[in-house]
Amino acid sequence: MKNSFSETIHSVRHLTSCAVAAVALAAGSTGLMAQERESVTIGYVISKSGPNAGGADMTVTPNYELWVQEVNAAGGLTLPDGSQLPIEVIAYDDRSSAEEVVRGIERLATQDEVDFILPPWGTGFNLAAAPLLARFGYPHLAGAAVTDKATEFVERWDTSFWFMGGSADYVSAFTDVLVAERDAGRINNSIAMVSVADGFGIDLVKAARPTFEEAGFEIVYDQSFPPETSDFATIIGEASNSEADTFVAFSYPPHTFALTKQSTVVGFNPPVYYLGVGAAFPIFPGVAGTNVEGVMSLGGIDPNNALNAAYRAQHEELIGRAPDYWGSVLIYASLQMLEQSIERVGLDRAAVAEELSTGTFSTVLGEETRLENNQLRAINWVGQWQNGEFVAVSPEGGNGLAAVQLPKPDWE
Amino acid sequence: MTMKTSHAFLLAAAVLALLAAAPLLIPDYWTGVLLGMTGYVTLATAWAMFSGPTRYVSLATVAFFGVGAYTVAVLNETLPYPLVLLCAGGIGMVMALIVGFSTLRLAGVYFVIFTFGLAELVRQTVSWWEVNITYTMGRYVFLPFEGRHIYWQLLALAAATFLISWGIGRSRIGLALKALGDDETVAAHAGVDVTRIKLLLFVISSTIITLVGAIQAPRWTYIEPSIVFNPTVSFMTLIMALLGGAMRLWGPLVGAIPLFLLFEWLSVSFPDHFSIILGLLFILIVFVMPEGVLAKIETLRKGSPK
Repeated sequence: MKNSFSETIHSVRHLTSCAVAAVALAAGSTGLMAQERESVTIGYVISKSGPNAGGADMTVTPNYELWVQEVNAAGGLTLPDGSQLPIEVIAYDDRSSAEEVVRGIERLATQDEVDFILPPWGTGFNLAAAPLLARFGYPHLAGAAVTDKATEFVERWDTSFWFMGGSADYVSAFTDVLVAERDAGRINNSIAMVSVADGFGIDLVKAARPTFEEAGFEIVYDQSFPPETSDFATIIGEASNSEADTFVAFSYPPHTFALTKQSTVVGFNPPVYYLGVGAAFPIFPGVAGTNVEGVMSLGGIDPNNALNAAYRAQHEELIGRAPDYWGSVLIYASLQMLEQSIERVGLDRAAVAEELSTGTFSTVLGEETRLENNQLRAINWVGQWQNGEFVAVSPEGGNGLAAVQLPKPDWE
Repeated sequence: MTMKTSHAFLLAAAVLALLAAAPLLIPDYWTGVLLGMTGYVTLATAWAMFSGPTRYVSLATVAFFGVGAYTVAVLNETLPYPLVLLCAGGIGMVMALIVGFSTLRLAGVYFVIFTFGLAELVRQTVSWWEVNITYTMGRYVFLPFEGRHIYWQLLALAAATFLISWGIGRSRIGLALKALGDDETVAAHAGVDVTRIKLLLFVISSTIITLVGAIQAPRWTYIEPSIVFNPTVSFMTLIMALLGGAMRLWGPLVGAIPLFLLFEWLSVSFPDHFSIILGLLFILIVFVMPEGVLAKIETLRKGSPK
């Protein structure tokens, strides 16, 4: 027994000395490294299994793969001197566990000594990663993380960058649409709101209650449901009885699909019908099996934006399916910004972080994408299904946004 | 005998000192591995403290582990850290008392199912509370701990767990436990207060498990029910204790260390097939060594002609 203990220690120490030797060797030959380097290693820890795998596989992983394929097909990442280096990827599965995220990042930073680390999926895991990435000096391009506290986080970790906005942003943009409709006399003052009792739903509903009420709306039905819920008959019935013209559901994909189907069945068709995650998936109309014209949700794209259209086509060709209409494009843009930062300042991580913070980039979001206080603000907050596409909308339209079309037409 | 014991203690102290010094010598990643390993060694040893002798297979590990982590998440900004840990331990203890009183009369598979349900119940209750009472989901733990600080705390807890486990084994309770494990009815007739002893063990074991969760929480920065009430923790603890042998003091440790290192190696080398290999491994352990590695080695030794 005690032998196995000391053996473990022995092997750990053995590995240590190897690692120490490797570090010494690396430090001794830094001068040569620049010329001898054959690739840039990029590591990430992502949920390949467990409950988070679905979300990660829709919004994050395909974009990492797409970007790496594209960069390598073009000869690799370009460095300031014009030379190119291919990307080598090290990817681990966090099995949807926060502890695995933490250890995976420690492994990437101190064992694999990768050049850059891409973030995991989800708000929680991005926050688990944030202190480590800051401590090891890696820029943190938090993509799939909706948080209202980004400004606070940037103060805490000044090499963190937040690309998906916060709940309050999404809610207030949607409220603008509602206010315009009400002022035009097209909808009444009542809102029926349901939310999933999980991170996303609670965060959104917490932002929505004060925002709706400040805008003078009355929330006549406010119900949360557990994530396991699959029968929404009661919820739809009560929302329908409340006679609110606006139905809001801060839901996850299974609920989003079920709510749509069951609303169709009972003919629940309020003028404003707003759903949560899943409504911006390209598969949504197919899964819902009905006419989803007029359904609203978070995100949306500008169908007339050629850059975005090219990105979507490329995604479909290389990955074999279309990206979602919300987070995908933001993640992809964050990777383009990383790529361009490296081209401008090289592989020095502090310099890359500085460049991300202050530079202007040409991304799929536009020719002049830049961060404000380390946060991406050029995000499409409200979207609506129009003519078979999920487009970004605003009350009046313009500036890359379509005008919202309400009331929502019939399901069939 | 006493000589032997004191030698063993000296050796254990030396190993402990070495382990405590390790983070100063090794890279962060290996500190992380040691941390995870120490966590699971403690969990498995605490689990076996109750489930080994009583043969009550508990899947409630993550219920207590999660409660510990959540307590830290809720209190870390209002109380000094040592008090937070004390509160976590206290909450775990009270919860174990309530659960123990109400369920330790259940036996066999009913107990297993109950404990699995308990983990889910606690998770749903916490979620419900956060949704309807506090309106928050997801809490932040901003404590200035690095991996090695957490590792040292866990190491101290692991040492304490071994001491307690060793102490119980040598006490009158240990003797009563042996009788209880062999035949509960006979033990009861022989004057052993079966329920009280089971309750006592359950409370000690659960409190330790709660503390493991509490100590590990600062490592994740952000905590929500789906993160801390992850049923994998219960299953991993169980399989580690069973592999080593839940009836022996060192059994869970013998199971936890190689399994943990194996998991680590698998997730590095086969990130895409981890779950499949894990499942196969579980089946293999149950079929080949239902009594654990230590018992297997003993049988092999006795069986081999000399």
